[in-house]
This record gives sequence, structure tokens and C-alpha cells, in this order.
Amino acid sequence: MRGVDASLRGLGRAPFAGRLAPTLRIVVPLTVLVVLLLVLPHSGDWFHAWLPELSHPLYTRTSFAALTLTHVWLVAAATAASVILGLGLGILATRPSGRSLLPTVRAVAVIGQTFPPVAVLAIAVPLLGFGSAPILLALVLYGVLPVLGQSVAGLEQVPASTLHAADGMGYGRWRRLWEVELPLAAGPIMAGVRLSAIVSVGTATIGSAVGATTLGSPIIEGLIGNNPAYVVQGALLVGALALSVDGLLGAVERRFQRVR
Amino acid sequence: MIEFEHVGKRFGERVVIEDLSLRIDDGEFFVLVGPSGSGKSTLLRTVNRLAHVDSGIVRVDGRDVSSVEREALRRGIGYAIQSVGLFPHRTVAENIATVPRLLAWSDADVRARVAELIDLLRLDEPGIADRYPHTLSGGQQQRVGVARALAARPRIVLMDEPFGALDPVTRESLQTRLKAIQRDTGTTILFVTHDMDEAFRLGDRVAVMLDGGLAQVGRPLDLLHRPVDDRVRDFVGGTHARLRELAVRTVGGSMRVGDRADGEPVDAADSLQDALASMLAQRRDRLPVRERGAIVGAIVLGDLVAREP
Ligand SMILES: Nc1ncnc2c1ncn2[C@@H]1O[C@H](COP(=O)(O)OP(=O)(O)OP(=O)(O)O)[C@@H](O)[C@H]1O
Ligand SMILES: [Mg+2]
Repeated sequence: MRGVDASLRGLGRAPFAGRLAPTLRIVVPLTVLVVLLLVLPHSGDWFHAWLPELSHPLYTRTSFAALTLTHVWLVAAATAASVILGLGLGILATRPSGRSLLPTVRAVAVIGQTFPPVAVLAIAVPLLGFGSAPILLALVLYGVLPVLGQSVAGLEQVPASTLHAADGMGYGRWRRLWEVELPLAAGPIMAGVRLSAIVSVGTATIGSAVGATTLGSPIIEGLIGNNPAYVVQGALLVGALALSVDGLLGAVERRFQRVR
Repeated sequence: MIEFEHVGKRFGERVVIEDLSLRIDDGEFFVLVGPSGSGKSTLLRTVNRLAHVDSGIVRVDGRDVSSVEREALRRGIGYAIQSVGLFPHRTVAENIATVPRLLAWSDADVRARVAELIDLLRLDEPGIADRYPHTLSGGQQQRVGVARALAARPRIVLMDEPFGALDPVTRESLQTRLKAIQRDTGTTILFVTHDMDEAFRLGDRVAVMLDGGLAQVGRPLDLLHRPVDDRVRDFVGGTHARLRELAVRTVGGSMRVGDRADGEPVDAADSLQDALASMLAQRRDRLPVRERGAIVGAIVLGDLVAREP
């Protein structure tokens, strides 16, 4: 899971978020998000001043708050499903009985990430129709990979001597998993969850191309209708949301990492 | 009581233990020595079923271990290993409390027992109970490992080179502690080591394991005086055997009662090796012997050298 690790490290050192103190990494993007949600609905005049040739400088088909809510809901549902699937598969693949699955799981995780989400949509729409379903499927398929990769990596790095001692003390299999392995793997697993959620925040926008209502709606409508103001409004909100999620889940991750 | 009856164990094609029978009595400190790869750890692990036997029977207190529920068996047997394997996410106190917690002891009992063990193993650095393993020295970690193995007052304890990576001084002080604890509690200990001096210092009986079988089992002096063959002789010390013997015997057993000598006295309970070291340090060939504060006799260099087995 080197690839995942490397990309995670990249995210952790994102140009400006990386240099902010931990609490600022939550407070600043959240504040920006809230301010945007309050200000954007009244910003028609500014966008008109900037792009006077547009007849509709402000996206009004759905309120920005509603778009953000459905977007967050999509991401949350996809991330929850990814965690259940990814962690479940990761646990399975690291049990003695499931160890034969490990190479396959690794290969799928790596190949899966080279598969573009748009292609998933193209396959899913004929099966699931338009709306939220195909994008949810794409988000879950995509979101599972980092969680799975990090779960396997986290569980594998628990020292063998610790597991040997746990067995010798008389831990049962599941109790050992719950009380020893998962706490020790929690840091890497949370890193996977964070990556999964952030990728979903970005990827969910393309769901609007197949009929889902997301923060991608103004972006896609702006691209089709040649309206850069819509694109900017959607992109600002997506960016602030992504950084907020990153900050919040990063704090959870650091808490878990401090366990050791 | 631990009994091995015609125990055999193989990993694939490789036979690691072959038709091994042995009985370890209650309250005995039994040490297994042998070269690397001779199967010591594997034999130890057949007792708590971390390794399963391919043939034969292992009994603990008369019961075939394969008929006992695995987790219950393990919770009833202490286990300490060279790599220690402390839980990195748990404090010293929580690590020690592992098995009592698994056995669902009450909080008060667990706390009292942890405090007792911290005291017993001289882990008395202030605040150590709430520290995490990575903040401890190697010696402290090994002590915590031993404390964890003893926590639930098991009647049987398995120890696989528990003092492996320690300097000689720390090692010796831990050996002394462990031996005292074992005597006081009457615990049965099956102990694996590479170190012949450790084996002779600790063991009531010592078994030399070679190529998956027991070449010889006996009291330390038996092994030194009557090795069954050259391999055992070489292993227990060759020409150093007499020097080892001095470590096993006490001054009290070799002194001349009532004799007098000059110099700094040695204790009757000290080993002859200690007495020899004292003679060398003081450049004397006889020293007074002290017992409970009074001089009771003398120890003479010539006696140590001439002494017949
Ligand atoms: N799980 C295993 N799978 C395969 N072979 C094993 C396994 N455990 C031990 N062996 C082999 O069994 C033999 C005995 O190993 P064991 O660990 O019992 O030796 P030992 O006497 O404890 O050695 P040391 O003093 O080095 O600890 C070795 O050849 C080892 O390679
Ligand atoms: Mg060994």
C-alpha cells in the first residue's frame, strides 16, 4: 500500500493546510465554509460586477445550503459504507483463514485506483438509472480502496511479538482483534478513512452529470452553459468542504495515533 | 505438574521434537538449555498450546492440554518471552493487569495485585505504573513482562529466555528476584535459556536438549560431574565445568567449621564462586566465614581446588 501512504503524506502536507496549527486546520476551513454559505446567496451583485455579460450571475436552482447538505450526506453515506466494507475486508484478509485472499485484495486495491470514476458512472447508469445511486456506487467503490489498503497495512504492522504475547495470555481471536489489533492499527486506518472521505468530496461533484444533486451541480451547469460564475461558486464550496473534512478527520486521526 | 509423554512435533518435513518424555513436579524450577534450534521454545509452547503436538500427550495437572479449552488453559499458565511483547497502547499497570482482566477480577483486586507486583519486581520508579512501554528501559520492560506473566498467580509459568537481552548485572538481580518469588510462592516454572550459568543458578533440575530430544536431565551438579556423553560435557562447560560448579555450591557446604582466618569475611550462603572472587580480590588463600553475623569457620582455597566430585 505504498501508493496510498505516499498520497496520504502528500495530503498531510498540502501547501497551506500543512503549516497551520491543528485547531486552525479545523476552524479556518469551517469558518470559510459557513461564511460562504451565508454570503454567497447575496453575492449576485459582485458576480454581476465581475462578469457583467452574464444574465444569471448567481446559481439559484437549488440553495447552496441544500446542495451542501445533500453533498455531505452522499459523502457520509459513501464513507460509512467504505469503512464497513474496507475495514471488514481488511480484517478478513489479515486473519489466518483469510490470508490467501491477501495478494488478491492488494492487487484489486491497486488496480482499482487506476480505474477512473467516470468509467464507473458510465457502467452504473444503465444499471441503476439516473440520480444518486450510480454516484453513490462509484464513491463506495472508490472509497473502499484507501480504507482497505490502510486497514491491511495497519493490521500488518502490529508487532508479531505483541500478537504472540496476546495469544499466550489467553486472548480469544475476536477479543485480540478488538482490544489489541484495532487500537494499534487505528492510526493508519483513520488515515485511510480521511483519504477516502476527501476523495469522495471531490468525486461526488461529477455525480451531478448523472442527475444527482451535489455541489457539482453549479459547476457542471456552469461548464455546459458557459457560466464561469456558477463554476466558481460551486468550486469555492467544494474546496472549503474538502478542507473542513480533512481538518476534522485529521484531528481524529492524530488522537488515535497518540494512542501509542 | 507438567508431563510430556512421547511428545513428537514436526514442521513440515523437519522433526523438531522426537519422542520426548519428561515430568516436571509441582513447585519445581525446571530449566531447559540447549543450542539454538534444538526445539526448546517449541517444547515450551506445547504446554500452552501455542504449538500443537503431532504425537504424544502433554498434561498439565494431570489433564491432557488438548482437552482443555484453549483460552482457559492459557489464562491459567503464565507466559513470558524474550521479545517481551508488551502492549504498546497500554500503560505498565494495564499491561500487568492483562490476565486478571481477562479473568474478570474485580477492579480492587486488580489494583492491589498490580501494586504488589510493581513492588515485587522492584519497578519502584515513581509514576512508572502510568507510563507506556516505549518509555521504559529494556530491563524495566523485561520486568514488566515477568510481572505480567505472574499477575494472575498462575501455578505454572513458562518463561522463554525472559532475561535475554540484559546486561549481566541487571540479569543477575532479576534472576535472584525470580528465584525468591518462585520459592516463596511454590510456583512451577519451566524456563528456557542459552546461558549455562543462568541454568545452574536457577534450576532445581536442568535438562540439556539436543536435536529435539533430552540428552540428559538432572540436578546441576549431576550434569557437571556425570555428563552422559561428550556433547553434553561440551555443552555444560568442558574445562569450565569446575568453575561453574563453584557457582552452584555454597560456602557453607565447603567451609572448615571452627577454623579461623584473617580478612574480610564471606557469607555462608554465598556461592563458592563469590568466595573465590573475594580471595582473589583480597589476595588471600583463606577467608573467615560469617553466618547470621557471627564468624563460624573458614574457607580455604586448597579445598576448592582439590575437592573431588
Ligand atoms: N512456526 C514454525 N514453522 C516452521 N519451523 C519452525 C517454527 N517454529 C520453529 N521452527 C523450527 O523448529 C526448530 C526448533 O525451533 P525452536 O524455536 O523450538 O528452537 P529453540 O531451541 O528455541 O532455539 P533458540 O535457542 O534459537 O530460541 C528450528 O529449526 C525452527 O526453525
Ligand atoms: Mg527459542
